[in-house]
Amino acid sequence: MTMSGAAQSIEGRGGFLGIPHRTAAALRHLALRGTAVVYLSLLVALPVAAVLTKGFGDGLDSFESAMARPGAWAAIRLTLWTSTIAAGINAVMGTMLAWVLVRYRFPARRLLSTIVDLPLAIPTLVTGLMILALYGPNSPIGRFFDDLGIRIVFTPIAIVIALCTVSLPLVVRSVQPVLQELDPAEEEAAATLGAGPRTTFRRIVFPAIRSAVVAGTLLTFSRSLGEIGSVILVSGNRTGKTLTAPVFIFQLTSQFRASEAAAVATLLFAISFVLVLVTTRILRTSGART
Amino acid sequence: MSTVAKRGGRSGHAGILAACLVYVGLLLVLPLIGIVWTALKPGFHIVTDTLSAPDVQHALLLTVQIAVITVAVTTFFGVIVAWVLVRQRFHGRSFLNALVDLPFALSPVTVGLACFVLFAPGGWLAPFFDARGIRINFALPSMVLVTIFICIPFTIREVVPVLEEIGVDEEDASRTLGASVWHTFRKVSLPNIRWAIAYGVALSTARSIGEIGAVLIVSGLIQGRTETATLYIFRATEERQTPQAYVVALLLAAISIVLLLAIEMFHHRQERAMSSG
Repeated sequence: MTMSGAAQSIEGRGGFLGIPHRTAAALRHLALRGTAVVYLSLLVALPVAAVLTKGFGDGLDSFESAMARPGAWAAIRLTLWTSTIAAGINAVMGTMLAWVLVRYRFPARRLLSTIVDLPLAIPTLVTGLMILALYGPNSPIGRFFDDLGIRIVFTPIAIVIALCTVSLPLVVRSVQPVLQELDPAEEEAAATLGAGPRTTFRRIVFPAIRSAVVAGTLLTFSRSLGEIGSVILVSGNRTGKTLTAPVFIFQLTSQFRASEAAAVATLLFAISFVLVLVTTRILRTSGART
Repeated sequence: MSTVAKRGGRSGHAGILAACLVYVGLLLVLPLIGIVWTALKPGFHIVTDTLSAPDVQHALLLTVQIAVITVAVTTFFGVIVAWVLVRQRFHGRSFLNALVDLPFALSPVTVGLACFVLFAPGGWLAPFFDARGIRINFALPSMVLVTIFICIPFTIREVVPVLEEIGVDEEDASRTLGASVWHTFRKVSLPNIRWAIAYGVALSTARSIGEIGAVLIVSGLIQGRTETATLYIFRATEERQTPQAYVVALLLAAISIVLLLAIEMFHHRQERAMSSG
Protein backbone atom coordinates (compact mmCIF):
# COMPACT_ATOMS: atom_id res chain seq x y z
CA MET A 1 0.00 0.00 0.00
CA THR A 2 1.38 3.36 -0.96
CA MET A 3 0.11 6.19 1.15
CA SER A 4 2.50 8.89 2.25
CA GLY A 5 2.87 9.88 5.89
CA ALA A 6 1.20 13.23 5.31
CA ALA A 7 -1.87 11.63 3.80
CA GLN A 8 -2.04 9.15 6.66
CA SER A 9 -2.05 11.89 9.28
CA ILE A 10 -5.28 13.14 7.71
CA GLU A 11 -6.60 9.59 7.68
CA GLY A 12 -6.18 9.64 11.46
CA ARG A 13 -8.98 12.14 12.15
CA GLY A 14 -12.51 10.79 12.65
CA GLY A 15 -14.48 10.35 9.45
CA PHE A 16 -17.38 9.07 7.43
CA LEU A 17 -20.19 7.26 9.34
CA GLY A 18 -18.09 7.34 12.48
CA ILE A 19 -15.53 5.06 10.91
CA PRO A 20 -12.04 6.46 11.42
CA HIS A 21 -10.42 7.51 8.14
CA ARG A 22 -7.69 4.90 8.46
CA THR A 23 -10.27 2.09 8.69
CA ALA A 24 -12.31 3.59 5.86
CA ALA A 25 -9.23 3.67 3.67
CA ALA A 26 -8.45 0.05 4.48
CA LEU A 27 -12.04 -0.94 3.72
CA ARG A 28 -11.91 0.91 0.42
CA HIS A 29 -8.71 -0.88 -0.54
CA LEU A 30 -10.28 -4.20 0.37
CA ALA A 31 -13.43 -3.42 -1.60
CA LEU A 32 -11.44 -2.55 -4.73
CA ARG A 33 -9.24 -5.61 -4.36
CA GLY A 34 -12.29 -7.81 -3.77
CA THR A 35 -13.95 -6.43 -6.92
CA ALA A 36 -10.84 -7.15 -8.98
CA VAL A 37 -10.49 -10.68 -7.59
CA VAL A 38 -14.17 -11.56 -8.05
CA TYR A 39 -14.24 -10.07 -11.59
CA LEU A 40 -11.23 -12.06 -12.79
CA SER A 41 -12.16 -15.25 -10.91
CA LEU A 42 -15.72 -15.37 -12.25
CA LEU A 43 -14.93 -14.33 -15.81
CA VAL A 44 -11.54 -15.93 -16.40
CA ALA A 45 -10.59 -18.56 -13.81
CA LEU A 46 -13.99 -20.26 -13.52
CA PRO A 47 -14.56 -20.88 -17.27
CA VAL A 48 -11.00 -22.15 -17.69
CA ALA A 49 -11.41 -24.49 -14.71
CA ALA A 50 -14.70 -25.71 -16.21
CA VAL A 51 -13.02 -26.67 -19.50
CA LEU A 52 -10.15 -28.47 -17.76
CA THR A 53 -12.58 -30.42 -15.56
CA LYS A 54 -14.84 -31.24 -18.46
CA GLY A 55 -11.97 -32.51 -20.57
CA PHE A 56 -10.01 -34.42 -17.96
CA GLY A 57 -12.54 -34.93 -15.14
CA ASP A 58 -12.79 -38.63 -16.06
CA GLY A 59 -9.09 -39.10 -16.62
CA LEU A 60 -8.02 -39.60 -20.20
CA ASP A 61 -11.31 -41.15 -21.41
CA SER A 62 -12.63 -38.05 -23.23
CA PHE A 63 -9.23 -37.35 -24.68
CA GLU A 64 -8.87 -40.89 -26.02
CA SER A 65 -12.36 -40.97 -27.53
CA ALA A 66 -11.77 -37.56 -29.14
CA MET A 67 -8.49 -38.76 -30.60
CA ALA A 68 -10.13 -41.96 -31.88
CA ARG A 69 -12.34 -39.88 -34.17
CA PRO A 70 -11.33 -39.77 -37.81
CA GLY A 71 -9.02 -36.89 -38.62
CA ALA A 72 -8.34 -35.92 -35.00
CA TRP A 73 -4.58 -36.42 -35.05
CA ALA A 74 -4.41 -35.06 -38.59
CA ALA A 75 -6.14 -31.87 -37.38
CA ILE A 76 -3.65 -31.39 -34.54
CA ARG A 77 -0.68 -32.14 -36.83
CA LEU A 78 -2.02 -29.71 -39.46
CA THR A 79 -2.46 -26.94 -36.88
CA LEU A 80 1.03 -27.53 -35.47
CA TRP A 81 2.88 -27.47 -38.80
CA THR A 82 0.97 -24.60 -40.40
CA SER A 83 1.49 -22.55 -37.20
CA THR A 84 5.20 -23.40 -37.24
CA ILE A 85 5.59 -22.25 -40.85
CA ALA A 86 3.58 -19.06 -40.23
CA ALA A 87 5.66 -18.29 -37.14
CA GLY A 88 8.89 -18.91 -39.11
CA ILE A 89 7.85 -16.66 -42.00
CA ASN A 90 6.72 -13.86 -39.70
CA ALA A 91 9.86 -14.16 -37.57
CA VAL A 92 11.91 -13.21 -40.66
CA MET A 93 9.48 -10.80 -42.31
CA GLY A 94 8.42 -9.22 -39.00
CA THR A 95 12.02 -8.52 -38.03
CA MET A 96 12.70 -7.04 -41.46
CA LEU A 97 9.58 -4.89 -41.24
CA ALA A 98 10.54 -3.63 -37.77
CA TRP A 99 14.00 -2.80 -39.10
CA VAL A 100 12.60 -0.95 -42.09
CA LEU A 101 10.13 0.98 -39.93
CA VAL A 102 12.77 2.04 -37.40
CA ARG A 103 15.90 2.64 -39.51
CA TYR A 104 14.67 3.70 -42.94
CA ARG A 105 13.16 7.02 -43.90
CA PHE A 106 10.96 6.82 -46.95
CA PRO A 107 7.65 8.26 -48.12
CA ALA A 108 4.60 6.45 -46.75
CA ARG A 109 6.52 5.05 -43.76
CA ARG A 110 3.66 6.08 -41.44
CA LEU A 111 1.21 4.47 -43.85
CA LEU A 112 3.18 1.21 -43.83
CA SER A 113 3.23 1.29 -40.03
CA THR A 114 -0.55 1.69 -39.93
CA ILE A 115 -1.09 -1.08 -42.49
CA VAL A 116 1.04 -3.47 -40.41
CA ASP A 117 -1.35 -2.88 -37.49
CA LEU A 118 -4.47 -3.55 -39.58
CA PRO A 119 -4.81 -7.19 -38.48
CA LEU A 120 -5.23 -5.98 -34.88
CA ALA A 121 -8.44 -4.26 -35.88
CA ILE A 122 -9.89 -6.06 -38.91
CA PRO A 123 -12.22 -8.94 -38.00
CA THR A 124 -10.40 -12.23 -38.65
CA LEU A 125 -13.37 -13.56 -40.61
CA VAL A 126 -13.08 -10.54 -42.92
CA THR A 127 -9.39 -11.41 -43.38
CA GLY A 128 -10.49 -14.88 -44.46
CA LEU A 129 -12.98 -13.40 -46.89
CA MET A 130 -10.30 -11.10 -48.31
CA ILE A 131 -8.10 -14.14 -49.02
CA LEU A 132 -11.07 -15.85 -50.65
CA ALA A 133 -11.69 -12.78 -52.83
CA LEU A 134 -8.06 -12.42 -53.87
CA TYR A 135 -6.89 -16.01 -54.30
CA GLY A 136 -10.23 -17.78 -54.85
CA PRO A 137 -11.14 -19.53 -58.10
CA ASN A 138 -13.19 -16.51 -59.25
CA SER A 139 -10.34 -14.02 -59.08
CA PRO A 140 -7.67 -13.37 -61.74
CA ILE A 141 -4.86 -14.30 -59.31
CA GLY A 142 -6.64 -17.51 -58.31
CA ARG A 143 -7.14 -18.45 -61.98
CA PHE A 144 -3.48 -17.66 -62.71
CA PHE A 145 -2.31 -20.10 -60.04
CA ASP A 146 -4.94 -22.64 -61.08
CA ASP A 147 -3.44 -22.63 -64.58
CA LEU A 148 -0.05 -23.34 -63.03
CA GLY A 149 -1.66 -26.29 -61.23
CA ILE A 150 -1.39 -24.65 -57.81
CA ARG A 151 -4.54 -24.52 -55.75
CA ILE A 152 -4.41 -21.88 -52.99
CA VAL A 153 -7.81 -21.71 -51.32
CA PHE A 154 -9.12 -24.84 -49.57
CA THR A 155 -5.53 -26.08 -49.15
CA PRO A 156 -2.94 -25.65 -46.36
CA ILE A 157 -1.40 -22.80 -48.42
CA ALA A 158 -4.46 -20.66 -47.68
CA ILE A 159 -4.25 -21.63 -44.00
CA VAL A 160 -0.63 -20.43 -43.82
CA ILE A 161 -1.49 -17.18 -45.64
CA ALA A 162 -4.36 -16.57 -43.20
CA LEU A 163 -2.16 -17.24 -40.16
CA CYS A 164 0.63 -15.01 -41.49
CA THR A 165 -1.84 -12.18 -42.07
CA VAL A 166 -3.61 -12.19 -38.71
CA SER A 167 -0.36 -12.50 -36.74
CA LEU A 168 1.70 -10.04 -38.80
CA PRO A 169 1.85 -7.26 -36.14
CA LEU A 170 3.08 -9.53 -33.32
CA VAL A 171 6.78 -9.88 -34.23
CA VAL A 172 6.95 -6.33 -35.61
CA ARG A 173 5.54 -4.77 -32.43
CA SER A 174 7.74 -6.95 -30.25
CA VAL A 175 11.01 -6.09 -32.05
CA GLN A 176 10.32 -2.45 -32.94
CA PRO A 177 10.66 -0.89 -29.45
CA VAL A 178 13.96 -2.74 -28.85
CA LEU A 179 15.37 -1.52 -32.16
CA GLN A 180 14.29 2.02 -31.31
CA GLU A 181 16.31 1.87 -28.08
CA LEU A 182 19.37 0.53 -29.89
CA ASP A 183 21.93 3.23 -30.55
CA PRO A 184 22.80 3.40 -34.28
CA ALA A 185 26.30 4.57 -33.22
CA GLU A 186 27.28 0.94 -32.51
CA GLU A 187 26.23 -0.11 -35.99
CA GLU A 188 28.04 2.88 -37.48
CA ALA A 189 31.19 2.00 -35.53
CA ALA A 190 31.04 -1.57 -36.85
CA ALA A 191 30.58 -0.26 -40.38
CA THR A 192 33.48 2.19 -39.94
CA LEU A 193 35.66 -0.70 -38.84
CA GLY A 194 34.90 -2.36 -42.15
CA ALA A 195 32.07 -4.72 -41.25
CA GLY A 196 29.56 -5.33 -44.04
CA PRO A 197 25.85 -4.91 -43.39
CA ARG A 198 25.44 -8.66 -42.90
CA THR A 199 28.22 -8.86 -40.31
CA THR A 200 26.90 -5.76 -38.57
CA PHE A 201 23.46 -7.30 -38.35
CA ARG A 202 24.76 -10.66 -37.12
CA ARG A 203 27.23 -9.32 -34.56
CA ILE A 204 25.65 -6.06 -33.37
CA VAL A 205 21.94 -5.90 -34.07
CA PHE A 206 20.75 -9.49 -33.77
CA PRO A 207 22.17 -10.17 -30.27
CA ALA A 208 20.27 -7.13 -29.02
CA ILE A 209 16.91 -8.04 -30.53
CA ARG A 210 17.18 -11.84 -30.21
CA SER A 211 14.88 -12.24 -27.22
CA ALA A 212 12.32 -9.85 -28.71
CA VAL A 213 12.30 -11.88 -31.94
CA VAL A 214 11.88 -15.13 -30.01
CA ALA A 215 9.10 -13.67 -27.86
CA GLY A 216 7.25 -12.33 -30.91
CA THR A 217 7.65 -15.62 -32.75
CA LEU A 218 6.27 -17.64 -29.83
CA LEU A 219 3.32 -15.26 -29.58
CA THR A 220 2.71 -15.74 -33.30
CA PHE A 221 2.82 -19.52 -32.91
CA SER A 222 0.52 -19.48 -29.88
CA ARG A 223 -1.92 -17.15 -31.63
CA SER A 224 -1.90 -19.35 -34.75
CA LEU A 225 -2.67 -22.51 -32.76
CA GLY A 226 -6.03 -21.09 -31.73
CA GLU A 227 -6.94 -19.14 -34.86
CA ILE A 228 -10.32 -19.95 -36.38
CA GLY A 229 -11.96 -16.85 -37.88
CA SER A 230 -9.56 -16.32 -40.78
CA VAL A 231 -9.09 -20.04 -41.39
CA ILE A 232 -12.60 -21.48 -41.33
CA LEU A 233 -13.67 -19.93 -44.67
CA VAL A 234 -10.48 -20.55 -46.64
CA SER A 235 -9.37 -24.01 -45.47
CA GLY A 236 -12.28 -26.02 -46.84
CA ASN A 237 -12.42 -28.01 -43.57
CA ARG A 238 -12.00 -31.44 -45.16
CA THR A 239 -11.61 -34.08 -42.45
CA GLY A 240 -8.09 -35.50 -42.38
CA LYS A 241 -6.86 -33.00 -44.98
CA THR A 242 -7.58 -29.33 -44.26
CA LEU A 243 -9.46 -29.52 -40.95
CA THR A 244 -7.55 -27.55 -38.28
CA ALA A 245 -7.72 -28.27 -34.55
CA PRO A 246 -9.85 -25.20 -33.62
CA VAL A 247 -12.37 -26.03 -36.36
CA PHE A 248 -12.33 -29.65 -35.12
CA ILE A 249 -13.17 -28.39 -31.60
CA PHE A 250 -16.00 -26.30 -33.07
CA GLN A 251 -17.38 -29.34 -34.92
CA LEU A 252 -17.23 -31.52 -31.79
CA THR A 253 -19.10 -28.88 -29.81
CA SER A 254 -21.83 -28.53 -32.40
CA GLN A 255 -22.30 -32.31 -32.19
CA PHE A 256 -22.71 -31.84 -28.40
CA ARG A 257 -19.51 -33.79 -27.69
CA ALA A 258 -18.44 -31.13 -25.20
CA SER A 259 -16.10 -33.30 -23.12
CA GLU A 260 -14.20 -34.50 -26.20
CA ALA A 261 -14.00 -30.91 -27.44
CA ALA A 262 -12.75 -29.85 -24.01
CA ALA A 263 -10.01 -32.50 -24.05
CA VAL A 264 -8.68 -31.30 -27.42
CA ALA A 265 -9.02 -27.66 -26.32
CA THR A 266 -7.03 -28.43 -23.16
CA LEU A 267 -4.23 -29.97 -25.23
CA LEU A 268 -4.06 -26.84 -27.43
CA PHE A 269 -4.24 -24.61 -24.36
CA ALA A 270 -1.43 -26.53 -22.63
CA ILE A 271 0.89 -26.04 -25.62
CA SER A 272 -0.06 -22.38 -25.88
CA PHE A 273 0.18 -21.75 -22.13
CA VAL A 274 3.68 -23.23 -21.84
CA LEU A 275 4.73 -20.99 -24.74
CA VAL A 276 3.31 -17.86 -23.13
CA LEU A 277 5.09 -18.74 -19.87
CA VAL A 278 8.35 -19.10 -21.79
CA THR A 279 7.65 -15.80 -23.57
CA THR A 280 7.10 -13.81 -20.39
CA ARG A 281 10.22 -15.38 -18.89
CA ILE A 282 12.26 -14.31 -21.93
CA LEU A 283 10.75 -10.82 -21.92
CA ARG A 284 11.56 -10.46 -18.23
CA THR A 285 15.21 -11.51 -18.56
CA SER A 286 15.69 -9.27 -21.59
CA GLY A 287 14.05 -6.42 -19.70
CA ALA A 288 16.43 -7.01 -16.78
CA ARG A 289 19.42 -6.82 -19.06
CA THR A 290 18.63 -3.44 -20.61
CA MET B 1 19.54 8.19 -43.32
CA SER B 2 22.43 7.01 -41.17
CA THR B 3 25.92 6.39 -42.43
CA VAL B 4 25.37 2.66 -41.93
CA ALA B 5 22.67 2.70 -44.53
CA LYS B 6 24.91 4.61 -46.94
CA ARG B 7 27.84 2.26 -46.50
CA GLY B 8 25.68 -0.85 -46.63
CA GLY B 9 25.07 -0.33 -50.30
CA ARG B 10 21.81 1.06 -51.58
CA SER B 11 20.85 -2.08 -53.46
CA GLY B 12 20.77 -4.27 -50.34
CA HIS B 13 18.58 -1.81 -48.49
CA ALA B 14 16.31 -1.30 -51.44
CA GLY B 15 15.98 -5.10 -51.59
CA ILE B 16 14.91 -5.36 -47.93
CA LEU B 17 12.47 -2.49 -48.34
CA ALA B 18 11.05 -4.03 -51.51
CA ALA B 19 10.64 -7.44 -49.84
CA CYS B 20 8.73 -5.84 -46.95
CA LEU B 21 6.49 -3.83 -49.27
CA VAL B 22 5.73 -6.88 -51.44
CA TYR B 23 4.95 -9.01 -48.36
CA VAL B 24 2.60 -6.42 -46.83
CA GLY B 25 1.13 -5.74 -50.25
CA LEU B 26 0.32 -9.40 -50.86
CA LEU B 27 -1.00 -10.05 -47.35
CA LEU B 28 -2.99 -6.89 -46.71
CA VAL B 29 -3.16 -4.24 -49.42
CA LEU B 30 -4.18 -6.45 -52.38
CA PRO B 31 -6.73 -8.42 -50.30
CA LEU B 32 -8.28 -5.13 -49.10
CA ILE B 33 -8.57 -3.94 -52.70
CA GLY B 34 -9.93 -7.37 -53.55
CA ILE B 35 -12.72 -7.08 -51.01
CA VAL B 36 -13.71 -3.58 -52.13
CA TRP B 37 -13.74 -4.70 -55.76
CA THR B 38 -15.72 -7.88 -55.07
CA ALA B 39 -18.24 -6.12 -52.86
CA LEU B 40 -18.94 -3.31 -55.32
CA LYS B 41 -18.71 -5.37 -58.53
CA PRO B 42 -22.49 -5.94 -58.82
CA GLY B 43 -23.05 -2.17 -58.63
CA PHE B 44 -23.64 0.20 -55.75
CA HIS B 45 -27.29 -0.87 -55.36
CA ILE B 46 -26.05 -4.06 -53.68
CA VAL B 47 -24.86 -1.97 -50.72
CA THR B 48 -28.24 -0.34 -50.09
CA ASP B 49 -30.08 -3.61 -50.78
CA THR B 50 -27.94 -5.56 -48.32
CA LEU B 51 -27.94 -2.96 -45.58
CA SER B 52 -31.72 -2.58 -45.71
CA ALA B 53 -32.34 -6.33 -45.36
CA PRO B 54 -33.93 -7.07 -41.96
CA ASP B 55 -31.55 -9.90 -41.00
CA VAL B 56 -28.52 -7.73 -41.79
CA GLN B 57 -29.91 -4.87 -39.71
CA HIS B 58 -30.65 -7.23 -36.85
CA ALA B 59 -27.14 -8.68 -37.04
CA LEU B 60 -25.54 -5.22 -36.99
CA LEU B 61 -27.72 -4.14 -34.07
CA LEU B 62 -26.75 -7.26 -32.10
CA THR B 63 -23.05 -6.61 -32.78
CA VAL B 64 -23.43 -3.03 -31.54
CA GLN B 65 -25.24 -4.20 -28.38
CA ILE B 66 -22.55 -6.75 -27.58
CA ALA B 67 -19.75 -4.26 -28.25
CA VAL B 68 -21.32 -1.53 -26.06
CA ILE B 69 -21.90 -3.85 -23.07
CA THR B 70 -18.46 -5.44 -23.45
CA VAL B 71 -16.60 -2.15 -23.64
CA ALA B 72 -18.53 -0.67 -20.69
CA VAL B 73 -17.80 -3.70 -18.47
CA THR B 74 -14.15 -4.23 -19.46
CA THR B 75 -13.33 -0.53 -19.14
CA PHE B 76 -14.97 -0.05 -15.73
CA PHE B 77 -13.57 -3.20 -14.15
CA GLY B 78 -10.34 -2.93 -16.14
CA VAL B 79 -9.46 0.38 -14.50
CA ILE B 80 -10.20 -1.11 -11.06
CA VAL B 81 -8.05 -4.19 -11.75
CA ALA B 82 -5.20 -2.06 -13.11
CA TRP B 83 -5.39 0.18 -10.07
CA VAL B 84 -5.33 -2.76 -7.66
CA LEU B 85 -2.44 -4.42 -9.53
CA VAL B 86 -0.30 -1.27 -9.47
CA ARG B 87 -1.20 0.43 -6.18
CA GLN B 88 -1.73 -2.52 -3.86
CA ARG B 89 0.59 -5.26 -2.61
CA PHE B 90 -1.02 -8.48 -1.40
CA HIS B 91 -0.71 -12.25 -1.55
CA GLY B 92 -1.87 -13.66 -4.86
CA ARG B 93 -1.15 -10.46 -6.76
CA SER B 94 1.06 -12.21 -9.30
CA PHE B 95 -1.62 -14.88 -9.76
CA LEU B 96 -4.15 -12.13 -10.49
CA ASN B 97 -1.66 -10.62 -12.90
CA ALA B 98 -1.33 -13.96 -14.71
CA LEU B 99 -5.13 -14.33 -14.91
CA VAL B 100 -5.28 -11.04 -16.83
CA ASP B 101 -3.04 -12.45 -19.57
CA LEU B 102 -4.80 -15.81 -19.76
CA PRO B 103 -7.29 -14.72 -22.48
CA PHE B 104 -4.28 -14.03 -24.77
CA ALA B 105 -3.21 -17.68 -24.50
CA LEU B 106 -6.64 -19.19 -25.14
CA SER B 107 -8.18 -19.93 -28.49
CA PRO B 108 -11.51 -18.12 -28.94
CA VAL B 109 -12.97 -21.56 -29.59
CA THR B 110 -11.86 -22.68 -26.13
CA VAL B 111 -13.43 -19.58 -24.61
CA GLY B 112 -16.73 -20.35 -26.31
CA LEU B 113 -16.52 -23.96 -25.21
CA ALA B 114 -15.82 -22.91 -21.60
CA CYS B 115 -18.93 -20.73 -21.48
CA PHE B 116 -20.98 -23.45 -23.16
CA VAL B 117 -19.81 -26.06 -20.63
CA LEU B 118 -20.56 -23.81 -17.62
CA PHE B 119 -24.18 -23.20 -18.58
CA ALA B 120 -25.04 -26.41 -20.47
CA PRO B 121 -27.16 -29.05 -18.64
CA GLY B 122 -24.90 -30.52 -15.95
CA GLY B 123 -22.66 -27.43 -15.97
CA TRP B 124 -21.61 -25.78 -12.70
CA LEU B 125 -23.77 -22.69 -13.14
CA ALA B 126 -26.66 -24.36 -14.97
CA PRO B 127 -28.83 -25.22 -11.90
CA PHE B 128 -28.86 -21.60 -10.67
CA PHE B 129 -29.89 -20.04 -13.98
CA ASP B 130 -32.17 -22.88 -15.12
CA ALA B 131 -34.17 -22.64 -11.87
CA ARG B 132 -34.77 -18.96 -12.60
CA GLY B 133 -35.58 -19.56 -16.24
CA ILE B 134 -32.71 -17.40 -17.45
CA ARG B 135 -31.34 -18.52 -20.78
CA ILE B 136 -27.57 -18.03 -21.15
CA ASN B 137 -26.36 -20.33 -23.92
CA PHE B 138 -27.72 -19.72 -27.42
CA ALA B 139 -28.78 -16.24 -26.28
CA LEU B 140 -27.34 -12.76 -25.77
CA PRO B 141 -25.84 -13.31 -22.25
CA SER B 142 -23.40 -16.01 -23.35
CA MET B 143 -22.34 -13.98 -26.38
CA VAL B 144 -21.63 -10.97 -24.16
CA LEU B 145 -19.77 -13.13 -21.60
CA VAL B 146 -17.37 -14.67 -24.12
CA THR B 147 -16.69 -11.29 -25.73
CA ILE B 148 -15.93 -9.76 -22.33
CA PHE B 149 -13.55 -12.65 -21.58
CA ILE B 150 -11.63 -12.01 -24.80
CA CYS B 151 -11.46 -8.23 -24.27
CA ILE B 152 -10.43 -8.29 -20.59
CA PRO B 153 -6.67 -7.78 -21.10
CA PHE B 154 -6.82 -4.76 -23.43
CA THR B 155 -7.72 -1.90 -21.07
CA ILE B 156 -5.75 -3.38 -18.17
CA ARG B 157 -2.55 -3.83 -20.18
CA GLU B 158 -2.78 -0.23 -21.42
CA VAL B 159 -3.55 1.40 -18.07
CA VAL B 160 -1.08 -0.56 -15.87
CA PRO B 161 2.17 0.85 -17.37
CA VAL B 162 0.81 4.41 -17.25
CA LEU B 163 -0.20 4.09 -13.59
CA GLU B 164 3.26 2.68 -12.82
CA GLU B 165 4.91 5.54 -14.69
CA ILE B 166 3.03 8.43 -13.07
CA GLY B 167 3.67 7.16 -9.54
CA VAL B 168 1.78 8.30 -6.47
CA ASP B 169 3.26 11.75 -5.77
CA GLU B 170 0.48 13.77 -7.40
CA GLU B 171 -2.19 11.59 -5.84
CA ASP B 172 -0.62 11.91 -2.39
CA ALA B 173 -0.32 15.68 -2.77
CA SER B 174 -3.98 15.95 -3.66
CA ARG B 175 -5.01 13.79 -0.69
CA THR B 176 -2.74 15.78 1.64
CA LEU B 177 -4.51 18.96 0.53
CA GLY B 178 -7.74 17.40 1.75
CA ALA B 179 -9.28 16.13 -1.51
CA SER B 180 -11.43 13.04 -1.22
CA VAL B 181 -10.35 9.75 -2.80
CA TRP B 182 -12.97 10.06 -5.52
CA HIS B 183 -12.07 13.68 -6.22
CA THR B 184 -8.38 12.75 -6.41
CA PHE B 185 -9.14 9.96 -8.83
CA ARG B 186 -11.26 12.18 -11.07
CA LYS B 187 -9.01 15.23 -11.07
CA VAL B 188 -5.52 13.73 -10.77
CA SER B 189 -5.40 10.07 -11.84
CA LEU B 190 -8.04 10.01 -14.56
CA PRO B 191 -6.53 12.80 -16.69
CA ASN B 192 -3.24 10.88 -16.63
CA ILE B 193 -4.70 7.58 -17.79
CA ARG B 194 -7.42 8.90 -20.11
CA TRP B 195 -5.51 8.20 -23.36
CA ALA B 196 -4.62 4.72 -22.19
CA ILE B 197 -8.31 4.13 -21.44
CA ALA B 198 -9.31 5.52 -24.85
CA TYR B 199 -6.77 3.20 -26.47
CA GLY B 200 -8.19 0.24 -24.57
CA VAL B 201 -11.76 1.21 -25.52
CA ALA B 202 -10.91 1.43 -29.23
CA LEU B 203 -9.04 -1.87 -29.17
CA SER B 204 -11.84 -3.65 -27.27
CA THR B 205 -14.45 -2.22 -29.63
CA ALA B 206 -12.55 -3.48 -32.67
CA ARG B 207 -12.04 -6.88 -31.07
CA SER B 208 -15.66 -7.32 -29.97
CA ILE B 209 -17.01 -6.32 -33.38
CA GLY B 210 -14.71 -8.85 -35.04
CA GLU B 211 -15.16 -11.73 -32.60
CA ILE B 212 -16.22 -14.95 -34.31
CA GLY B 213 -14.64 -18.10 -32.81
CA ALA B 214 -16.29 -17.89 -29.40
CA VAL B 215 -19.71 -16.65 -30.52
CA LEU B 216 -19.73 -19.34 -33.20
CA ILE B 217 -19.99 -21.88 -30.37
CA VAL B 218 -22.23 -20.20 -27.80
CA SER B 219 -24.68 -18.44 -30.13
CA GLY B 220 -26.18 -21.62 -31.56
CA LEU B 221 -26.31 -19.78 -34.92
CA ILE B 222 -30.01 -18.93 -34.75
CA GLN B 223 -30.70 -16.79 -37.79
CA GLY B 224 -32.42 -13.51 -36.96
CA ARG B 225 -31.93 -14.06 -33.20
CA THR B 226 -28.34 -14.76 -32.21
CA GLU B 227 -26.68 -13.81 -35.47
CA THR B 228 -24.04 -11.10 -35.15
CA ALA B 229 -22.53 -9.28 -38.13
CA THR B 230 -19.58 -11.70 -38.33
CA LEU B 231 -21.89 -14.71 -38.01
CA TYR B 232 -24.03 -13.24 -40.80
CA ILE B 233 -20.95 -13.02 -43.04
CA PHE B 234 -20.11 -16.63 -42.14
CA ARG B 235 -23.60 -17.92 -42.98
CA ALA B 236 -23.94 -15.81 -46.13
CA THR B 237 -20.60 -17.14 -47.41
CA GLU B 238 -21.54 -20.74 -46.63
CA GLU B 239 -24.90 -20.23 -48.37
CA ARG B 240 -23.14 -18.68 -51.37
CA GLN B 241 -24.84 -15.28 -50.91
CA THR B 242 -21.40 -13.91 -51.65
CA PRO B 243 -22.24 -10.29 -52.59
CA GLN B 244 -24.14 -9.71 -49.33
CA ALA B 245 -21.31 -11.27 -47.31
CA TYR B 246 -18.78 -8.99 -48.98
CA VAL B 247 -20.84 -5.85 -48.40
CA VAL B 248 -21.14 -6.51 -44.65
CA ALA B 249 -17.43 -7.49 -44.53
CA LEU B 250 -16.55 -4.24 -46.27
CA LEU B 251 -18.59 -2.30 -43.71
CA LEU B 252 -16.82 -4.05 -40.80
CA ALA B 253 -13.43 -3.50 -42.44
CA ALA B 254 -14.20 0.22 -42.83
CA ILE B 255 -15.25 0.49 -39.17
CA SER B 256 -12.11 -1.30 -38.02
CA ILE B 257 -9.86 0.95 -40.10
CA VAL B 258 -11.47 4.02 -38.48
CA LEU B 259 -10.93 2.42 -35.06
CA LEU B 260 -7.31 1.65 -35.93
CA LEU B 261 -6.68 5.28 -36.87
CA ALA B 262 -8.22 6.28 -33.53
CA ILE B 263 -5.98 3.74 -31.77
CA GLU B 264 -2.88 5.20 -33.40
CA MET B 265 -3.94 8.71 -32.48
CA PHE B 266 -4.55 7.73 -28.83
CA HIS B 267 -1.18 6.04 -28.77
CA HIS B 268 0.60 9.20 -29.95
CA ARG B 269 -1.33 11.33 -27.46
CA GLN B 270 -0.38 8.92 -24.70
CA GLU B 271 3.31 9.02 -25.63
CA ARG B 272 3.27 12.79 -25.86
CA ALA B 273 1.54 13.08 -22.47
CA MET B 274 4.08 10.71 -20.94
CA SER B 275 7.12 12.51 -22.33
CA SER B 276 5.85 15.98 -21.39
CA GLY B 277 4.59 14.99 -17.93
